[in-house]
Amino acid sequence: MTDLHKITIAEARTKLRKKEITSVELTESCIGAVEESKALNAYCVKTPELAREQAKKADELLSKGNAPDMCGIPLGIKDLFCTKNINSQAASKILTDFKPEYESTVTSRLWDQGAIMLGKLNMDEFAMGSSNETSVYGPAVNPWQRDGSDKKLTAGGSSGGSASAVAADLCLAATGTDTGGSIRQPAAFTGIVGVKPTYGRVSRWGIIAFASSLDQAGPMTKTVKDSAIFLNAISGHDDKDSTSAPFEVPNFEAAITGDIRGKKIGIPKEYRLDGMPDEIEKLWKNGADMLRDAGAEIVDVSLPHTKYALPAYYVLAPAEASSNLARYDGVRYGHRATLRSGEGIDEMYARTRSEGFGDEVKRRVMVGAYVLSAGFYDAYYRRAQRVRTLIKKDFDDVYSLGVDAILTPATPSAAFGLGEMKNEDPIKMYLNDVFTVTVNLAGLPGVSVPAGLSSEGLPLGLQLIGRPWEEGEMLNVASILENGAEFNLKPNKWW
Amino acid sequence: MSIDKETARRAAHLARIAVPEEELENLAQELSGIVGFMEQLLEVDVEGIEPLTSVSPMALPRRTDAVTDGDQIKKILKNAPDSREGFFAVPKVME
Repeated sequence: MTDLHKITIAEARTKLRKKEITSVELTESCIGAVEESKALNAYCVKTPELAREQAKKADELLSKGNAPDMCGIPLGIKDLFCTKNINSQAASKILTDFKPEYESTVTSRLWDQGAIMLGKLNMDEFAMGSSNETSVYGPAVNPWQRDGSDKKLTAGGSSGGSASAVAADLCLAATGTDTGGSIRQPAAFTGIVGVKPTYGRVSRWGIIAFASSLDQAGPMTKTVKDSAIFLNAISGHDDKDSTSAPFEVPNFEAAITGDIRGKKIGIPKEYRLDGMPDEIEKLWKNGADMLRDAGAEIVDVSLPHTKYALPAYYVLAPAEASSNLARYDGVRYGHRATLRSGEGIDEMYARTRSEGFGDEVKRRVMVGAYVLSAGFYDAYYRRAQRVRTLIKKDFDDVYSLGVDAILTPATPSAAFGLGEMKNEDPIKMYLNDVFTVTVNLAGLPGVSVPAGLSSEGLPLGLQLIGRPWEEGEMLNVASILENGAEFNLKPNKWW
Repeated sequence: MSIDKETARRAAHLARIAVPEEELENLAQELSGIVGFMEQLLEVDVEGIEPLTSVSPMALPRRTDAVTDGDQIKKILKNAPDSREGFFAVPKVME
């Protein structure tokens, strides 16, 4: 086996065009890496035959010249994306053996451009979780381990399989989705780059819905530049998603000039949490120093409603989820409970959902039903929507001061051990999203960039929050962090 | 506000999720914890603030109300747990 699977999209793009490699060779190298990766549990479905077929076609397209950037690039796809005739289960028992008759807009754009699918990637059930432990397939495992320890760590969630696969070079890049931090937190835990685009930048059509006003798909890649290339390939208006924006998509890669002189970077004081580990504080300060050294102006800003973002999110997201997940009723697809004699359709619904959903999904669907129910709708749901207005206004106010991007830590800690949170209060797990969730509530773009190692030798990430529709500028600033941190480390291969 | 067993039963029913009687007490406790967390929102002054229902800067687009797709019965039924004669099949419904 060659080491071809370890290259980036940008490197592969060049090598494919110079005919130094073929997509078939690159794909074969990835398939080999996937075969060896059982211990990481990153892939829940493997599609090597499809990948080989696509690679051949990609090579033909490349030989004609003028092939799109993503042509011949082997990818992993989060299990939340519907892929035609290939299991798409959102890592849930309730969608056992569901094979969609259609392809999501994101993946069909990728295949149309000649990209290669290696398989489907593990995730938290219906994207609800921060550790990939709610998956029906069992957790994806982080390729990183603490110094001198072989304890298995979480790859984060919900896009844990995507993060693990990219960090371990089991694909060149992967799709993720982010409702409250599900791209950025796993990216930070595994030392890769993850982008949540502006709400409306990427079509949600064919992506199994969690919370429709917050969900957004995005790239998870080895470098900032790769994220720009990937994001260009999947962005743009789609008639099938009425919330997808009818805006021209700029060239994100071209925006990465490395010049941030005169840019104003905001440091929000509310993100300095009590009890935040010193190493996170230090990482954040280092990040600000790097940007200052590159010519940016660092300014203190205030986002006063930050504290209320998580409670608002945990009203709104479950409320939307309870509506979206109402469709899993045992009638049209997936699991149906076996009825006992005398049982009718009501029992069928309730037992199908009880058997098919895992504990965290059930919890959120019930919370959602509760906050939407008569008597509580105004007190919880309506109030949370009003708080959301205030959270968005916080960002609008900061950006109206001329701030170009906001720098924060990506997560409050490094990756934790699998099983470590098992007996904790569910709310403790929710706190993982404390720095990322505001971005979804405000519909803004955010990126997590690897920026250093913890005292235990685990990756830590910084987050940049951009102005709406300014992913290019946000990635330009991110490239400075990427270069400054010189994070080119890879986990030791133990799997 | 803490959630009692009856409220937990009601939330489970609204969500159409079967919860065994012996688990309701535990569920009530869990839900109480989560609702308690949400109650921080009561501290915020939201007087005169409009609820945010969409972050998109545009109105939802409209199109002509016309049939654009159809005649895909086989595909639609392909993943159904039970279907007969071109329909989804469900247990008898009697009111």
